[in-house]
Amino acid sequence: MSSNLSALFYLLSGILFILALRGLSSPETSRRGNFFGIAGMVIAIIVTFLSINNFGVGFIYVLVFLLIGGSLGAFIAFRIPMTAMPELVAGFHSLVGLAAVFVAISAFLKPEAFNLGNAGNIKLASLIEMSLGAAIGAITFSGSIIAFLKLRGIMSGAPIVFKGQHIINLILGLGIIFFIYYLCSTQSANVFWLLVAISFLVGVLLIIPIGGADMPVVISMLNSYSGWAAAGIGFTLENTALIITGALVGSSGAILSYIMCKGMNRSFFNVILGGWGATDQSSVTQNKEQKPVKNGNADDAAFLMKNASSVIIVPGYGMAVAQAQHALREMVDALKKNGVKVSYAIHPVAGRMPGHMNVLLAEANVPYDEVFELEEINNDFANCDVAYVIGANDVTNPIAKSDPQSPIYGMPVLDVEKSKSVLFVKRSLSPGYAGIDNDLFYRDNTLMLFADAKKMTEEIVKSL
Amino acid sequence: MIMEIDPFIFRLSIFILSIFVGYYVVWSVTPSLHTPLMSVTNAISSVIIVGAIIAALAGSSNNIFEISNIFGFLAIILAAVNIFGGFLVTQRMLQMYKKKKK
Repeated sequence: MSSNLSALFYLLSGILFILALRGLSSPETSRRGNFFGIAGMVIAIIVTFLSINNFGVGFIYVLVFLLIGGSLGAFIAFRIPMTAMPELVAGFHSLVGLAAVFVAISAFLKPEAFNLGNAGNIKLASLIEMSLGAAIGAITFSGSIIAFLKLRGIMSGAPIVFKGQHIINLILGLGIIFFIYYLCSTQSANVFWLLVAISFLVGVLLIIPIGGADMPVVISMLNSYSGWAAAGIGFTLENTALIITGALVGSSGAILSYIMCKGMNRSFFNVILGGWGATDQSSVTQNKEQKPVKNGNADDAAFLMKNASSVIIVPGYGMAVAQAQHALREMVDALKKNGVKVSYAIHPVAGRMPGHMNVLLAEANVPYDEVFELEEINNDFANCDVAYVIGANDVTNPIAKSDPQSPIYGMPVLDVEKSKSVLFVKRSLSPGYAGIDNDLFYRDNTLMLFADAKKMTEEIVKSL
Repeated sequence: MIMEIDPFIFRLSIFILSIFVGYYVVWSVTPSLHTPLMSVTNAISSVIIVGAIIAALAGSSNNIFEISNIFGFLAIILAAVNIFGGFLVTQRMLQMYKKKKK
């Protein structure tokens, strides 16, 4: 196949990838979008085979390795529980990063095959592009591995901080730029390996100081990095499909990071530099512990909700941890039979990754048109009889609106306190991830239900 | 005098325009589908397999396991895990967003 023709086909697969993302603008078009994505991928792979035009032994091996990887991927895709999506995505990011590193290494060792010059005399532009691709790929790989370990709970979610951390990161970051420059002037393989090694180290150092609660930002950020790495390799290979995809993924991840940062009321640099007001936690909780709270049981909750005309459910990640989503849907079904209008309110950072809570509810067969985002539903709390808060905490804290001293001041929160009564399912009065006390616990219209989220919901279902 | 434009500039133009396309397309994605968005972007960024295939098949056909080929084959496995895993898990999620009969 001629290079011009294959370039046009690569453009076509790039366009199909754009349509794949476009399809996600609504659930109805999303499945068709995914097929566009698959079609784009198939076209890109077939065109690559045709343009190399080498159907010898190597081709068989390529197919075999493709099938090995593919069946492994398919196996994982069917087995993974929806609560583990954040880890899965982090793990997948690491694979893209490592693949980018491997392709860059291969291109560095054998530039003739990629039409980039000869070993030891690679075209300057190509060398810059491949070293950028390799460096970002390596950072994506090791960073995603750390994120994966933290999300999986293999590594503690607590931030790992040490003295001089930022200075070391800065030096290493400058080191990467220096070695890229040095590599371009010497073409030395040793410099290339050193560059890759430092980048792996930077990825680790970049993610270890970031706490578990900030993982939604980290995942989105690594998503963005994997895109830029792919784009770097795309420039090296002069491949339009890869350049378009890299740009799409890079900007997508950046936008998601922005949305997540905004949802948590933190600046991007604040997240990256790690640590969140861990010091003021003890002082705030101590002086508020004495306040009285109203304590209720499942029967009280059932009674309140049965006699309500509208109920808003506010789920948080604690609900997913307790696996309470199915019990929750049963409760909602029972309420609907009693003529109660029920909707769900989702905070942008309700899960461990962007949109995670929506997937968990969809899995529990909650129709997506009953699930609303913060801006859509926040005004409805004033007209609602009961708000049922399950596994959420900081995202309902009214202090974010009233106390400029609070670390979460300015964070968008759900106006739960405006509803006539609030049912708060929680195991204890302990503070949430932000480490601050929730004023909502002590309000007159709040009834605390101290129990495991799943058990409490099941008991309510029984009483209904 | 008109100078010839370096092809790099064309690719850079494609790149920058795609960032803009990505920006507007991603903002139009409904927040409830942000998780599938991440898994599908993951899958499509594995189009890097194109580079892996070139790397794996580079060079003479007598010795298909030179060091640069091996890196290519490894990259093929990694990208393939991602392609199949990414698209299938996205599909699995999107199936759950079907309209329910009431």
